Amino acid sequence: MANKVKINVTVNGTQYEREVEPRLLLSDFIRKDLGLTGTHVGCEHGLCGACTILMNGQAVRSCTHFAVMADGADIKTVESLGTMDNLHPIQEAFMEKHALQCGFCTPGFLMTAVEYLEGNPNPTDEEAREAIDGNFCRCTGYENIVEAVKLAAKKMADH
Amino acid sequence: MAEKNVQKSLKRNEDPRLLVGKTTFIDDIDLPGMLHVAIKRSDYSHGRIVKLDVEEARKLPGVVAIYTAEDLGDYWRPGPLQVPPPTAIKGSVFHARPLECIAKNKVRFSGEPVAVVVAESRYIAEDALDHIILDVETLDYVGDLEKAIEPGAALIHEDLDSNLAADVVQEVGSWEKAVAEADLVVKRRLEVNRVAGGAMENRGFVAQWDENLQVLNCWATTQGPIPMRNSIANYLGLMENQVRLMNPAIGGGFGPKIMSSQIDDVVIPWIAIKLKRPVKWFEDRRENFLGTTSERDQVHYAEIALKKDGTILGVKDVMYHNTGAYNPYGMTVPLNTQTHTVSNYRVPNFFTEIKMVFTNQMVVTPVRGAGRSQGVFVMERLLDAAAKELGMDVVEIRRKNILSPEEFPLRTGVIGQDFVEGVLDNGNYPAALEKTVETIGYEKFKSEIQPKLRAEGKNVGIGICMFTEGTAVGPYEGAKVMVGVTGKVTVFTAYSNQGQGHYTTFAQVAADQLGVNVKDINVVIGDTGQWQWGVGAFASRGMTLVGTAIHNASLKVRQKALGLASKVLNTPEDELEMQDGVVRVADMPEKFVTLGELAQRSNPTRGTVEEGMEPGLEAASYYGPPHGATGYGCLGMIISVDAETAKPKIERLVMTDDCGTPVNPMIVDGQLHGGLQMGIGEAFYENLVYDDYGQLLSASFMDYLFPQASDMPDKFEINHMVTPSPLNPLGIKGVGEAGVIATPACFMQALEDALNIKGMEIVESSISPSKLYHYMEKAKSA
Repeated sequence: MANKVKINVTVNGTQYEREVEPRLLLSDFIRKDLGLTGTHVGCEHGLCGACTILMNGQAVRSCTHFAVMADGADIKTVESLGTMDNLHPIQEAFMEKHALQCGFCTPGFLMTAVEYLEGNPNPTDEEAREAIDGNFCRCTGYENIVEAVKLAAKKMADH
Repeated sequence: MAEKNVQKSLKRNEDPRLLVGKTTFIDDIDLPGMLHVAIKRSDYSHGRIVKLDVEEARKLPGVVAIYTAEDLGDYWRPGPLQVPPPTAIKGSVFHARPLECIAKNKVRFSGEPVAVVVAESRYIAEDALDHIILDVETLDYVGDLEKAIEPGAALIHEDLDSNLAADVVQEVGSWEKAVAEADLVVKRRLEVNRVAGGAMENRGFVAQWDENLQVLNCWATTQGPIPMRNSIANYLGLMENQVRLMNPAIGGGFGPKIMSSQIDDVVIPWIAIKLKRPVKWFEDRRENFLGTTSERDQVHYAEIALKKDGTILGVKDVMYHNTGAYNPYGMTVPLNTQTHTVSNYRVPNFFTEIKMVFTNQMVVTPVRGAGRSQGVFVMERLLDAAAKELGMDVVEIRRKNILSPEEFPLRTGVIGQDFVEGVLDNGNYPAALEKTVETIGYEKFKSEIQPKLRAEGKNVGIGICMFTEGTAVGPYEGAKVMVGVTGKVTVFTAYSNQGQGHYTTFAQVAADQLGVNVKDINVVIGDTGQWQWGVGAFASRGMTLVGTAIHNASLKVRQKALGLASKVLNTPEDELEMQDGVVRVADMPEKFVTLGELAQRSNPTRGTVEEGMEPGLEAASYYGPPHGATGYGCLGMIISVDAETAKPKIERLVMTDDCGTPVNPMIVDGQLHGGLQMGIGEAFYENLVYDDYGQLLSASFMDYLFPQASDMPDKFEINHMVTPSPLNPLGIKGVGEAGVIATPACFMQALEDALNIKGMEIVESSISPSKLYHYMEKAKSA
């Protein structure tokens, strides 16, 4: 088996030094090596967006990155947002607007939306729809997700 | 009177856990010493296995074992049929060829499993797949439904005379009589395409054998935990209670997760016992496309006989139904097609024939909308064709024939997937039609808006289609409701939840009888260790069947609590009320006993046992309906088509739906939205396409176009009607599939109207810009 490579990664504020195979996917590193299973894998070819995380502030697909590409990076996953008793405004908005059903794709939507709203804190309907266009959801028909993104923007502005 | 929870849009109990990523989906399960499975699948669609060499793969470091059909020895046997053959229908022919867990001697579709690799990591297991050599003597690929049953076609199951898997004829009245009396008979050949369930989470299975306790723990993404548990126990020769099957959180189902007796639930438990280590398999997306079941794919030769005034005299439909390489799910899908072809309109004479055909393609089992969508597509397209020939308005021909409320309950004479004669329980179909027509502004659109837009050179059209949704079929479901000593309540089911919101809606039903907060009710889903009886999540039946069982069980618990409280409080039962987790005297609220204390008292201590005592403030109940409850509605769409690119856009989408009592209206809307999205996908984006050699061309999200946010209309405009079903105490009907059913038919109707090209008729349920362009050119040159 290939030699392992040492990487240094900060995930949700905690620094990790690990040795990984060069071929290990970043999604598997996060889920299996670090045990952060909130990030989900739906297609492993970068289309569905369920595995979206923030890498150095940018929303990326963790299934189409190798863990070694994250060496030195600052990563945020869904676990960085809120807790059960203290949801992040985007999580509150998803709950209030019934923007999740099975919840499998949801972490990817949340991370995509969080990044988007930082750049555009007051999106129009069309912009909110465009913002989540790269993430797949089979349950909701997207309308409630669009509503949730707009509500989150309002909540975050009020914060 | 306690405040009611049913019919309220309560926020969901399950949401916070899902939102923070602190729940367990199947691939999140990580047990000490766990091994990982990868499945070697055939790249050939049809052939005899000449060589299957796994020796090189076995040598790979980290590979623990590899199993082929041969290695399974006597354990290898084709699975049981998951749904029995249609014995209820006289004269029906059904050749049962259930799934083989691993192909033996012959491969019958590309993607069929031929070997299982078990390794220390999934990465190593997948490496090993590349070292397995499969040599096949190829046979002709059979993919065309009509040619498949012609003499001389290669035989998929060589012990049969042909690839005809089943032949079922049902006739109500006499089609011949209808033709004899008709002024007009319209015939069409209609095609329905094939789509994937497309749950965001793929399938998975984990098994762990406890050698000391002789218990097999399994976790599965199945929609039917109890049938799967039973199947596993039966395969392994274990008692049912030696197998505990649990659903973790499930990331969507949409039908294909109902299947059991596949490689995962047959072979993985066997491996876990053999190797005495936990084993996990999690399907990848390519496998999901290739090997997991999917649906639709029918060809219909359909005819409608009418009078000059548009009155339907009869319908005849001969359908070729693709079942793929095997038919483990019986006749469910095409029977749904038969029942839903004639479920909205008065059709006095109906002849319908199913020719179920084996092909060298993945197996067909229900996908959301299962069979219903095809039946509705056939009927609605026939009506559109007839309207054109008669020079009638498409709404007018529907008004003319639609069933009226006075006709219910209506026995249809057609036996459905539950093997009983269809009975349409109730509803007001004309009101649904008119509501959609009015909301979308049909008359004004036709008389003012469309002519104006056409004058500006714009292609904009409208569609109006009816549908029914046969839901809540038998056999039965059950539940137990138990009050704990803390006063909180547990509802036990072994139903399955894939996102429908049962943790909330089931709790709403129980809360209404027990006077406790919905948040204080813990719903157990999909755990055969906690509840033993039931069937599974299909046919939009959970809320109606399990919900009714919970309602009835809660009533029994209520009676028990009131009886006990009456003794404790020394007050007659009719002066007591249950609210806020206590039983209290109605006009003396300070005089009460908590449910927790009653639960404590229901567990008698030494010396307090009375004769006939049944411990526990708990009760179980079962519900099996005589026949399904039928939801219905009307879909309307306005679609514009870009003149240059032929790209359609849904300008407006209006749906009127009646699913009886909506237990949680917010969740009902969510179900409709999701169904509509799938229907739009089916009509314009999604397509499982095989090439001439049986290779699936659209086996990734690069090729299988998954409908995205920008593909949806800006808003789903939804009207509700509420006609409580007479079949159950809460008046519930299912709603899970309503959104998808009429969408392709309505989409095509609106497209035709938008393009307004003489002679242009869309006879397929799925279209793409290039196909649409082809239709336009063909019609112009005709």
